[in-house]
Amino acid sequence: MDWQIIQQSLPQFAKGFQETLWLSFVGIVGAMVVGLCCSLLQYFKVPVAKQLVSVYVELFRNTPLLIQLFSLYYAFPVMGLKMSAVTCGIIGLVFLGGAYMAEGFTGGFDGVSQTQIDSGKALGMSNWQLARYIVFPQGFSLSVPSLAANIIFLIKETSIFSVIAIPELTNTALDLIGLYYRSNEYLFVLVIAYAIILIPLSLLLTWLEKRVRYGTFGN
Amino acid sequence: MEHSGISVLFQGRNFVRLLGGLWTSVWIAALALLFGLLLGALIGLARTSKNKLVRAIFRIYLEFFRIVPTVVLLFLFYYILPRQFGLNWPGSVMATIAFALWVSAEFSDIVRGALISVPKVQQESGLALGLSKWQLFIYVLLPQAFQLELPATINLATRVIKTTSLLMMISVMDLINVGQQIIEANNQSHPTAVFWIYGLIFLLYFIVDYPLSLWSKKVARRKQD
Repeated sequence: MDWQIIQQSLPQFAKGFQETLWLSFVGIVGAMVVGLCCSLLQYFKVPVAKQLVSVYVELFRNTPLLIQLFSLYYAFPVMGLKMSAVTCGIIGLVFLGGAYMAEGFTGGFDGVSQTQIDSGKALGMSNWQLARYIVFPQGFSLSVPSLAANIIFLIKETSIFSVIAIPELTNTALDLIGLYYRSNEYLFVLVIAYAIILIPLSLLLTWLEKRVRYGTFGN
Repeated sequence: MEHSGISVLFQGRNFVRLLGGLWTSVWIAALALLFGLLLGALIGLARTSKNKLVRAIFRIYLEFFRIVPTVVLLFLFYYILPRQFGLNWPGSVMATIAFALWVSAEFSDIVRGALISVPKVQQESGLALGLSKWQLFIYVLLPQAFQLELPATINLATRVIKTTSLLMMISVMDLINVGQQIIEANNQSHPTAVFWIYGLIFLLYFIVDYPLSLWSKKVARRKQD
């Protein structure tokens, strides 16, 4: 391990670090929005949209991000749809993440106990009131653990962006290895960089999971 | 449509080659799962141990695999094993080892969760019947834990299969790598081949993974009833 090599590479890694951070941020926010919309369509059983959502969710949950990116970046242009690598990456991450987030939200809504819903009905609540005052507040707090797991997962998935040459962390490391053949040093920095993002974040998310647990009644 | 790219799929041995690539991917996933689940079960058991140090070590092991993205994990094995330990194994072997260790870490957490959620009464009843520790584990804990952990384990399997798409990055002749070769060979004559080949690969992954995730959902639902 040569510390000088590591030191020299730090400015480049800092750039990759920023790239990974903002791509993850945009991807996660987008995925949350898509996921929430999809799960609402499913919760209110909107005809046609509900079926479309479940096809979308199954398609994206059961295929790798890498082939989704390849399709967007290499296959769509021959059909006349050309997008930059970063656009492809963000679209891929948002829709992959959206499918996982939709499952997370739906899992939360489904987890609300039937007694709660029946009690609401007995009080004469409308469907909308049931959703607003009973299912959503409890459902959201139930879905936090799986949303948190998805957030970590999506950040790690940004490493796959390196296959379409987006200069994020992994791509930076692979480039440097290709140039200087110092794999030990660069891979070491790479692992540390992911740890710097993911360890504090996963601690924060665990804390958040504990915070919102009050939302469940009955235990 | 005489130059439609879809014809490339069925030209010569292209389709058979793609299926061959899929076979490589599935085979690596299966081996990684086999070794990973065995090792993971042992580690999961160790994580319920009373020894704090043992628990801490395997906790760190788990967190390491949770933090490092799988792409990076593959490169760690691909670059560091040959260089530091002089092991010049093919990429497919490296990938199998990397995936197996990753599976073992993830599975250890599933096993641990299942073992601690088997009701205490069950253990106490077993002990009251005079079962030995080992008998208790084999006849009481393991069967019940297995039921609890089945959906999560199937999900892990689908994740491993999806992750085999990364094999192309360490130049294993997997499904995607074969697809890229076919695309490159036909790029001049059939520029739209890329669309159909990647479309087919997308579909093939879906065909392998979807039944598994249906199965896992079914098992999970049966558990709830």
